[in-house]
Amino acid sequence: MTARHALKIGSLAAAVGVSACTNFYEVPIETPIRATLDVSAFDRVLVAGFISGGSDDVDANVETTRLLRSQLRSQSNLEVIDADVLALTDLAARSLVESGAETLPESVVTGGAPQIDDEDDVEPFEVFFANVEYWRELGEEYQNPLIVTGSVVFTTYSRSGIVQTDREVFDTFGRRTVVPQREFMERRGFMLRPRFVFIDGRTGATMHSETFREEVLYNANQTTPPLSSYFELMDRLLPTFLNTLSSQSVRGTRILLQ
Amino acid sequence: MLARAVTAVMLLTATVVPAAAQDRGEARDQVAFGISVAQRGLWREAIYRWERAVELDPSYAAAHNNLAIAYEHEGDLDLAKAAYERALELEPNNQFIQRNYELFMEINDRTARAEDR
Repeated sequence: MTARHALKIGSLAAAVGVSACTNFYEVPIETPIRATLDVSAFDRVLVAGFISGGSDDVDANVETTRLLRSQLRSQSNLEVIDADVLALTDLAARSLVESGAETLPESVVTGGAPQIDDEDDVEPFEVFFANVEYWRELGEEYQNPLIVTGSVVFTTYSRSGIVQTDREVFDTFGRRTVVPQREFMERRGFMLRPRFVFIDGRTGATMHSETFREEVLYNANQTTPPLSSYFELMDRLLPTFLNTLSSQSVRGTRILLQ
Repeated sequence: MLARAVTAVMLLTATVVPAAAQDRGEARDQVAFGISVAQRGLWREAIYRWERAVELDPSYAAAHNNLAIAYEHEGDLDLAKAAYERALELEPNNQFIQRNYELFMEINDRTARAEDR
């Protein structure tokens, strides 16, 4: 065997060794995510209230306002203004009538309380966010903060279809196996469709808006309180909402390789 | 003629293989040092080491993987994505890299969705 052969064999062995004996190290990391919106011009934020509708079991306006205020208090550098929650659905309906809009929702035409049952119903009211004058006046009242508002629809809904579940099976020797099983199921749940609108309190102009849609389904025989489903769904989208106003970091682990 | 060609190839192999092995060896040293500093939280130094490692040995998947993690930690998501994808190109079946990439993409997709809104 020549020296060159020995060298080649050595290189090959080294290469095999490298691929076969990879060392790995798990490390914690924090991935910073920059805020979507530059809110450096504001010291304070007013979560004004929301146009809301859907299930009567949850007051989506009050709950959303309360939740966002508490989250912003702990997760952002902005001072959160404590103010009464605006009944924005009524205000929006009144503004629609006053503006002489051509297509008014039926409940508004008949002079009753504005009726919002689903996400389609909320759309006509959303022109209220473009009412620059109203939002500028509200901003003046609170010394020009960033205004967070929007619409929230929280509704029940049901869906039936094929669902795959795991079923335990024991053979004659008592050995357990898990068998996937497909069955037709009636499922009920909730849908949350919030739209967050960020308004410059100095000008009344909309700076940014975000729309989300989250849903959760349960087996028909399972009873889950609507309020806990509401919080479950809000929990899913809160990180993204907060990331709009302030930089966030996501903690996790990764594997370093050698 | 054939003998000359064979000799030329053997000579070339004899010089190129040790050089490549030397680069890989040096790249491994850089990667190891990068890991030790990253574990102490010195991610910028780790980036410097792993960038050096991929310069020395562009086919070293582990170095690209580590570099991707460090970029991710620094918030350079575009660079992280490119580095993860290069690592996966080099070792598509490496489950560690796949797992890191999947976790990264969850964050990256969320950021992209927020920017689209």
